[in-house]
Amino acid sequence: MTTSSTSGLPKLTYHVWTVWRRNFDVFMKTWHVNFLPSLIEPILYLLAFGFGLGTFVTEIEGISYIQWIAPGLVAITVMYGSFFECTYGSFVRMYYQRTFDAIIATPINVEEVIAGELLWGATRATFNSAIVLAVVAAFGLISSPLFLVMLPVAFFGGLLFAALGMCFTALAPNIDFFNYPTFLLITPMFLISNTFIPLATFPSQLQTIALAVLPLTHVADLSRILVVGKVETLGGLSPEWVLILAVFWIAIVTTVLFILAIYLMKRKLIK
Amino acid sequence: MQIAGATASVNTMASQVLIKARNLTKRYNHFTAVDHINFEVYKGECVGFLGPNGAGKTTTVRMIYCFSPVTEGELTVAGMNVSTNSREIKRMVGVAPQEDNLDPDFTVLKNLQVYARYFDIPKAEATKRAITLLEFFQLEEKQASAINELSTGMKRRLILARALINQPQILIVDEPTTGLDPQGRHIVWDEIRSLLKQGVTVILTTHYMDEAAALCDRVLIIDNGKIIETGVPQELVKKHVGEDVLEVSYDEDVLKTLKEELPEAHIEIFGDQIRVFMSQPHGVFEHIITKFSGVNMSIRNANLEDVFLKLTGRKLRE
Repeated sequence: MTTSSTSGLPKLTYHVWTVWRRNFDVFMKTWHVNFLPSLIEPILYLLAFGFGLGTFVTEIEGISYIQWIAPGLVAITVMYGSFFECTYGSFVRMYYQRTFDAIIATPINVEEVIAGELLWGATRATFNSAIVLAVVAAFGLISSPLFLVMLPVAFFGGLLFAALGMCFTALAPNIDFFNYPTFLLITPMFLISNTFIPLATFPSQLQTIALAVLPLTHVADLSRILVVGKVETLGGLSPEWVLILAVFWIAIVTTVLFILAIYLMKRKLIK
Repeated sequence: MQIAGATASVNTMASQVLIKARNLTKRYNHFTAVDHINFEVYKGECVGFLGPNGAGKTTTVRMIYCFSPVTEGELTVAGMNVSTNSREIKRMVGVAPQEDNLDPDFTVLKNLQVYARYFDIPKAEATKRAITLLEFFQLEEKQASAINELSTGMKRRLILARALINQPQILIVDEPTTGLDPQGRHIVWDEIRSLLKQGVTVILTTHYMDEAAALCDRVLIIDNGKIIETGVPQELVKKHVGEDVLEVSYDEDVLKTLKEELPEAHIEIFGDQIRVFMSQPHGVFEHIITKFSGVNMSIRNANLEDVFLKLTGRKLRE
């Protein structure tokens, strides 16, 4: 707690970065282990799906299958890095390690603790996607000069998934609860949000749903234009409108979830 | 060794009251954990909040260090309202919570350095303070150890060290020796005494009456969210129990005779033991012992635990 209000916009100061820094220090202690999944996973996916499945699926929208899924892998990394950091990771720090309680007894308030966690989740997403981008580049699959713009997109997309995860952390009665959002939300997105399978091949109603409610669709669309310079007509929208929708959708939903996550966590932590 | 920043304090000119509560109340939905309590804590004293489990002592101290919002009433620390000045208050308070919330992701030394960062203490200064504190708490050899390599007693001492990293004027220790062996308890007590000598104001919650008697200048006995008694430990013992207690092995006939012989005495049954409390026991207890030779009886000094049990009753809480 800090002040008595439990509503309104969160009160944040530079202390947010002190919380971020705590997580960064822990991460750097074992950085080589933390970078490993982001390095190995995309290589395996590119080998299995790109070369393996790619021998059957030869071409999508004028590019090879392996090149089509590469931006999808970057987007998936953004989602996994931040969502799991702010569900399992934050839950362990909150519930098992009581780290949040310890920090709240210092001049840092609870909103700043949560904001620091969310920014950290976004940072992890950015680190991880940078590695995946490097792998994708090593495979020679980058064909847009704008690919570095994917890093800020990864940060904001990461902030979205971090905030989404944190909302579940605020509602989770125990750590096993995360199986629900993981298998009902994250895994479906992993498969259908224009990542491994072109969304344009699905029925138009499903395309509309994916554009309306699945955040990964928008991150994947932005990733595909920035990494390989391609985007398709989806849900009846022209490629330009798909991109405009993606930018605004991410901006608005990230803001809403950021405030909601802090509100829900405050309600949970302040007793 | 100077650990805390209390002696060079800001408010020596002003009133000696450091913490003041008026009708302080904390409600959770329909449960009232703290119920319109009033108290003061004076600068430099050690105040003990005593009470059975769930009495409201931890809730009260959590309001003091701005962790729990106040539902009703007023609570000020160094003249500042906890509802509006939490950041300033938290800067001058050190908190050693009841549960272990040390950061298991860092070593002993790094725990203190990271905690110092939360108070904006520059790194060089933080390291200097951390080393001094580790020496004071006899943990200097453990500075590179992981938290899970420490014994319970070492963890308690590290939590105390961490609470002092900001050189607080007020130190809040919530059940500092729960789960410690006798050696560990005495080390913690000595360290708290040493901090008191340096002028730190200490607020202690405990349900160990020997601990309260050993450390506290004043105790507040809390039960069901209300302060039911307050005073200096020895005076409370005298007031409520007297100087001595007669303990007798339980026997129905003996109990009956005792009640007849000592009509003004307060007699309680504690398990298989009869305890007799009297305001003027001199000579009387000795007389009883001679009279009942053969029955297992003994006289001992009354203590704070007798007061506590008399005031809060024997019903098991929780």
